[in-house]
Amino acid sequence: MFDYTFQWRQALQKLPLLLDGALVTLQIALLSMAMGIAFAVLLAVARNSRSRWASAPASVWVEVSRNTPALFQIYMAHFGLGSYGIYLSPYMALLAGITFNNAGYLAETFRGALRAIPGTQLRAARSLGMPSMQAFRLIIMPQMFRIAFLPMTNQMVWAILMTSLGVTVGMNTDLAGVTQDINVRSFRTFEIFAIAAVIYYLIAKAVTIGAQLLASRLFRY
Amino acid sequence: MFDTALTLSDLMFLLKGAGMTLAVTFFAVTGGTLLGLLFGVLRAQISVWAALPLIFVLDVFRSVPLLIQLVLANAFQAIAGLNMPPFATSCIVLALYTSAYCTEIVRGAIDAVPTVTRRAGRSLGLTWGQDMRFIVFPMALRVALPSWIGLTLGVMKDSALVLWLGLIELLRSGQILVTRLQEPMFILMVVGAIYFLMSFPIARLGGQLEKRWREDD
Amino acid sequence: MIEIKNVHKSFGTLEVLKGVNLTVDKGEVVAVIGGSGSGKSTLLTCINGLEQINSGSVLVDGVEVHAKTTDLNKLRRKIGIVFQQFNAFPHLTVLENVTLAPRKVLGMTNTEAEEIAVKQLTHVGLADKLSVYPGRLSGGQQQRMAIARALAMSPSYVLFDEVTSALDPQLVGEVLDTLKLLANDGMTMICVTHEMSFARDVSNRVAFFHKGVLAEIAPPDQFFTAPQHPETKEFLSNVR
Repeated sequence: MFDYTFQWRQALQKLPLLLDGALVTLQIALLSMAMGIAFAVLLAVARNSRSRWASAPASVWVEVSRNTPALFQIYMAHFGLGSYGIYLSPYMALLAGITFNNAGYLAETFRGALRAIPGTQLRAARSLGMPSMQAFRLIIMPQMFRIAFLPMTNQMVWAILMTSLGVTVGMNTDLAGVTQDINVRSFRTFEIFAIAAVIYYLIAKAVTIGAQLLASRLFRY
Repeated sequence: MFDTALTLSDLMFLLKGAGMTLAVTFFAVTGGTLLGLLFGVLRAQISVWAALPLIFVLDVFRSVPLLIQLVLANAFQAIAGLNMPPFATSCIVLALYTSAYCTEIVRGAIDAVPTVTRRAGRSLGLTWGQDMRFIVFPMALRVALPSWIGLTLGVMKDSALVLWLGLIELLRSGQILVTRLQEPMFILMVVGAIYFLMSFPIARLGGQLEKRWREDD
Repeated sequence: MIEIKNVHKSFGTLEVLKGVNLTVDKGEVVAVIGGSGSGKSTLLTCINGLEQINSGSVLVDGVEVHAKTTDLNKLRRKIGIVFQQFNAFPHLTVLENVTLAPRKVLGMTNTEAEEIAVKQLTHVGLADKLSVYPGRLSGGQQQRMAIARALAMSPSYVLFDEVTSALDPQLVGEVLDTLKLLANDGMTMICVTHEMSFARDVSNRVAFFHKGVLAEIAPPDQFFTAPQHPETKEFLSNVR
């Protein structure tokens, strides 16, 4: 059945390259999460706002990001913007696409979390003389992040996995891109991708466990 | 209104791609749900320690990018001389991927059925099988359905990745048109609209079901 | 001085306050009693601007609360309010709960704010709970913390909205004792309450609300022994 000799030694020699790629993957994931969270807070507030000017565009962003494939969103950034003369590099397109996606999903998470916070919290803060913004920042947001922490961790893991989609738009510096590069040159597809899979798995696990540790230190109440 | 070179037959081409998307999704979700039911019931029954190997394997499916899984599966079947068509490979990989998430949904839904209710049934003389069929299943279904709908829609969106194995699904069809017609934004928006139409109504339905069933309680 | 002049307030089509007139002098303790839906709680939230009024005016030290030009945030530093649902900030310790507003709203330094907070928390009997999170406190302790939190702002007036109603019976006493302490200190208080003994023993005047109107107001001895209005008489006869 197997008319093939597995060449693990050859593939493992490429490990340093793969690890460099893994660092780029993490960089993209972290950047997209940081920006995604920032946008998501704004989107969540906008969606709850009574003004149509705020809630309508926010809803469009959230619904499009959640009802179309992430790959489509990346294609839009890379190919679609070309119609307007905006040419994003594979790196920028991947980052933009994943950020767009993160923001949409997290906005929905944050919206649910905000709904779970009793309205009386804001009343109590306002009654102490705090302006709205200050009350939101000091009282509402910390509680919102606490409630949303687990979904946020999941989104981070998804962001890491989503970076692999970059190969379809020519990305070659992240883990999947480097792997594909090596694959195209050496044709050791199975071995090299298997090693990449292990690295992805370890990164995903490290993030999940790290997040749990972080939670136990941050949320001691 | 729109000054475009997109013809009706081009639109048909896109819809054919959508058909491929739906076909892959159908097989993946069917297979994945059946496996998910099996594994989920298993997980709910046996202890965590005994289920550890299964937990590990399913966790791997959720922690490795789908694209990598597709490439690995395709490479493996080539090495093993199986000569499987990319459609089959894709469906199998997606089904296993779906089952990993479905297992958790099923297990969670079964656990959500109050033990006291199940004990009441068993005390009346129902067998384990009857307990499952008449007590657990109806109650667990309510809990699982909204999540399951979410999973199905997720798989439909993830199915875009099978383009990497050469399948002409919706997104790839769009890309082919873009290469030919050079109107990326417009064509991609049509593609996006088709995805949106396939997803949004069902997502809304799921949300309403969830709300209605929650109010019933 | 708090002056409430002919205040009307509606929620949609339902009129909750139908022309309320009330003046509360400095150092007075006014107990507000009445049935559910009589408008008592709404009155309090209209005083500190959490709720808008439809007509009439509310003046706190001569400042019209509901004027467009009024800085509500500044005004609320003078008006403390304690709610039925204690509304402790769960992600902050007891000390942090109380120092938050002095630091962020009044701009005090950490040391200044902590000094005041410790003083107030000791006053309400929570000196040993400073680094505890509210989730670990009993209802009565959380409510006392809420009182200390309001007092840390050195308000001129404190409004209490049924602050014992959500507590288990055995915890009511400790909160009422705190309120008595405050009254003895000379704090101007408006207390919406169901606790008749408190109204009788601690207040300068008792106000009875019925269907959005201030039906009767009098010093406690007169109020409880010789009520004038038929509704007041009926309410008191139904109450133990």
